[in-house]
Amino acid sequence: MRYEAPTTINAAVKLLAGKAGQARVLAGGTDLLVQMRTDRVAPDLIVDVKRIPAMRAIAAKSGGFRIGAAVSGAELGANKALRKAWPGVVEAANLIGSTQIQSRATLAGNLCNASPAADSVPALVAAGASAAVAGPRGKRTVPVESIAVGPGKTSLKKGEIVEAIILPKRAPRSGDAYLRFIPRTEMDIAVVGAGVNLTLDSKGVCTAARVALGAVAERVILVPEAAAALVGTKVDAAALKRLAAAASAACRPIDDKRGTKEFRIKVAGVLARRAAETALKRAGGSK
Amino acid sequence: MPLDSNIDPATHKFNLVGTRPLRPDGVDKVTGRAKFGADANAPGMLVGKILRSPHPHARIRSINTAKAAKLPGVKAIVTAADFKEGKRALRDVLCNVMARGKALYDGHAVAAVAATSASVARKALKLIQVDYEILPHVTDVDEAMKPGAPLLHDDMITAHVDPAPKKPSNVAARCEFGHGDPEVGFKQADVVIERSFRTEATHQGYIEPHACLASMGMDGQGELWVCTQGHYMVRNTCAALLGMDVSKLRVTASEIGGGFGGKTTVFIEPVALALSRKAGKPVKIVMSREEVFRASGPTSSSSMDVKIGVTKAGRITGALAEIRMQGGAFAGAPVELGAMSAFACYDLEHVKSVGWDVVTNRPKQAAYRAPGAPMVAFAVESVLDELARKIGMDPIELRLKNAAKEGTQSSYGPKYNRIGLRQCLEATRNHPHYTAPLGPNEGRGVAAGFWFNFGGQTCVSLNINIDGTVALAVGTPDIGGSRASMCMIAAEELGIPYDKVRAIVADTSSLGYNDISEGSRVTFSTGLATIQAARDAIGKLCARAAKTWGISPEAVVWENGHAKPSSPNAGDFAPLSLADIAKKAGNTGGPIAGHFEVNADGAGVSFAIHLADAAVDPETGRVQIKRYTVIQDAGKAVHPSYVEGQFQGGAVQGIGWALNEEYVYGKDGRLQNAGFLDYRIPVASDLPMIDTVIVEVPNPGHPYGVRGVGETSIVPPLAAIANAVSAAADVRLTELPMSPPRVLKAIDGKAAGKARR
Ligand SMILES: Cc1cc2nc3c(=O)[nH]c(=O)nc-3n(C[C@H](O)[C@H](O)[C@H](O)COP(=O)(O)OP(=O)(O)OC[C@H]3O[C@@H](n4cnc5c(N)ncnc54)[C@H](O)[C@@H]3O)c2cc1C
Repeated sequence: MRYEAPTTINAAVKLLAGKAGQARVLAGGTDLLVQMRTDRVAPDLIVDVKRIPAMRAIAAKSGGFRIGAAVSGAELGANKALRKAWPGVVEAANLIGSTQIQSRATLAGNLCNASPAADSVPALVAAGASAAVAGPRGKRTVPVESIAVGPGKTSLKKGEIVEAIILPKRAPRSGDAYLRFIPRTEMDIAVVGAGVNLTLDSKGVCTAARVALGAVAERVILVPEAAAALVGTKVDAAALKRLAAAASAACRPIDDKRGTKEFRIKVAGVLARRAAETALKRAGGSK
Repeated sequence: MPLDSNIDPATHKFNLVGTRPLRPDGVDKVTGRAKFGADANAPGMLVGKILRSPHPHARIRSINTAKAAKLPGVKAIVTAADFKEGKRALRDVLCNVMARGKALYDGHAVAAVAATSASVARKALKLIQVDYEILPHVTDVDEAMKPGAPLLHDDMITAHVDPAPKKPSNVAARCEFGHGDPEVGFKQADVVIERSFRTEATHQGYIEPHACLASMGMDGQGELWVCTQGHYMVRNTCAALLGMDVSKLRVTASEIGGGFGGKTTVFIEPVALALSRKAGKPVKIVMSREEVFRASGPTSSSSMDVKIGVTKAGRITGALAEIRMQGGAFAGAPVELGAMSAFACYDLEHVKSVGWDVVTNRPKQAAYRAPGAPMVAFAVESVLDELARKIGMDPIELRLKNAAKEGTQSSYGPKYNRIGLRQCLEATRNHPHYTAPLGPNEGRGVAAGFWFNFGGQTCVSLNINIDGTVALAVGTPDIGGSRASMCMIAAEELGIPYDKVRAIVADTSSLGYNDISEGSRVTFSTGLATIQAARDAIGKLCARAAKTWGISPEAVVWENGHAKPSSPNAGDFAPLSLADIAKKAGNTGGPIAGHFEVNADGAGVSFAIHLADAAVDPETGRVQIKRYTVIQDAGKAVHPSYVEGQFQGGAVQGIGWALNEEYVYGKDGRLQNAGFLDYRIPVASDLPMIDTVIVEVPNPGHPYGVRGVGETSIVPPLAAIANAVSAAADVRLTELPMSPPRVLKAIDGKAAGKARR
């Protein structure tokens, strides 16, 4: 196994594209190293992206944010402007693991690991985030929900790497929130996750909303029907009830050691509703 | 060893017993200097790794190790063929250590390799070819008992059934305890409730995985460094399995990062010795966490039916329990202890409990704190809770009305000596927690628990050093702070400061045989032996003083760490301190030491009451423990902080068992959650502070009145929490763990039932 730590994105892409065997990007390593230790992956080449300065920064961009793919959860949590604009995204990212994990784990790693239960992904999808992708054939920007295609599988081509996560400019009176269900209080994998992002007009009527769910399908899903239940309403009890029903209806979960199908379907609705209530509060609205 | 006639623990003024000095092993443990199992190293050491069956039940047609043996760096490979099938009594242990003919569970060891590095050893395991014939499997206790279930052992005939069954089955044995006739009792009852319960297997969850270093010389002398609760047991078992003289194997116990009963048997130790013997080099084996889950000894899962009748006045008229436990692939589920303890809290005229010991395709269970009792208490105390509600009686009142007391004929046979159940119940009723207001969606549960406590074979040496300090050698690994308590006890007897005594856990060649640190026996029996060893030394110290003074030894007494003439008549000599006498020992007859050997009995039984407040989220079924109080009889608390630690630890393990811990098996018979991510023990933020109340009703069988405290504390929590959750959710929960999907289903089921009505 070869380990490389290039200092530019181009060099990283070149290394990844050039290698014949299995090549892996190493960001925080909190997924990759665990998988290697348990014999689930055995890469021939590891490309560490933490030495690439451009990937270590959080920058303001067109009123939004460009978060380098090697920025850790702890660094996200320490960024006041980001926390103020996107509290739901930051709270989701900061739920990952523990203090130790936070100092390593990245948003891009969470996204590219392609777990249906990844905590930051529903929040990013709800936020309308996109991923800046660099590859041997140039650069492209895609919605984050198009990266994961199934458990552990992404749409990234050979040699492609996520450079940054881009969060759009925030409209006034907007709020987002993420909630996950775990049986314990921490150090657990989401049995269900729900991210909600919404914007109100000056009268408190919801003008735009996005709802995303984790751990209820083979990948994180965007649920337009659930968002539609909010748009045009004051996010009142009736709207929240319709939102919950739509969220539950969109689930196609499996039974596994972490939860049953019926449990996930029901709790997805409950969490979507509770997350919407928090997002509403953050947008300045009231129930 | 009776309660000291000179000491009334209620009024006696102890110097040290009952205080809270710093633990002697604390600095080493927080600085990382303490040596645990995996910290042992030896020159030329090899790494041992074990190949494990991926199948829950399979015949092993052949094992081909030729390719692995050729891999550079591989120094030895062993399979069952390297162990002689010896004594019948050890057959199951041997078959568990290395599969013989059949693999009986997912994780069962089938071969092992010693190599120059971990990566070579791992590679070698992949080169070993095992030809398996996959057989049908069974992991559920009720399924395993059915006729036609896949059979694990074709020679297993259920024991203690008359007439003996003609055909083999998965039922190893039946047992029965009680007196009177429950059917007669039920006829006298106003209310009778019968319920069925199930609990899943849980793991002790010790943080330190099993680890050992074995070194066998060409001359057949062996040494073993190991993390265990009983190094004498390890020595005797390994010597028998390897066909060695006991004297040729010296075993040293390391510090132990938790055991809770799970380190009372052998798994990797005989394998490491066999590899070392074959390779001619020391071999270290350290289990991974996955191996710990798949192949050490979790506790049993259970299925139980309990029926109890009471009068409106709250008198229990009849009690009946039928308990089925699977203990993995070999006989020995702790169902007998479960059946014995089922109704041990109560004074009953008509009581019966029946137990069935069942084998399944799971790892062989090992002891887990009060083995067998927590699950049975869950069932019994749940039914009592329901009965109290039915007759409109306070649940503590109901228990007080039926509580066992001195002289009660216990449900498992013996008559009780002095016991503290009533005192615990009263302390609970008087505790502010019992009447504190509850929040929305919260419920409160109470439950009682009982444990036998054990004594057993124990031996202690106490050496007086030249400077007046004391070296205490005990043979019971310190799994709960016993070195601190032993130092306190020795210092108390000798009348010297606590920090003048240092206790070690001696290796098997330095001290006589000691039973395992289990059964809550150590503070009781090693403590008792320490008292007697100190008194033995005091006798010798007094004799040396007498010799110095030229008076008769009978004319010397020991007071506050000094020898003194017993009266002015005996002579007028300035008292000699322990240090004074020690300094001159070389001139007065040589080294001074005290010894004591005993097979201790008189361990007093103990009782506890737990109080739990649980909040249930009605929309997700998630349970949070809001407040928790343990009230337990310790007889006499030697070091109260350690006693409280035992109370709290039992409660926390019980909370895990009640709420989220479980062995999850797939349809393929494989363990799905062999890691701490999906085997959910509570994390710190899941728990409230666990309050404790130490009740002290002296045990008449110990000089200071000490009772064991290590196990009773895990008996009531499953029931206390189930009662709290059932109250909060307004639906009776009868299956553990009460994980969110299960609780939500019960809540929704109740709502649907109401809607239909
Ligand atoms: C103890 C523990 C607790 C955890 N708790 C949680 C939790 O609560 N919630 C949760 O969602 N996850 C959790 N995780 C999983 C993990 O921490 C997260 O998924 C984390 O966000 C991964 O980020 P990373 O930077 O460490 O990724 P890495 O391990 O470095 O990478 C993950 C995968 O993504 C690929 N990759 C990484 N960066 C890029 C990139 N820029 N471009 C292309 N591919 C890339 C890697 O090749 C690899 O396949 C936990 C892990 C541990 C060990």
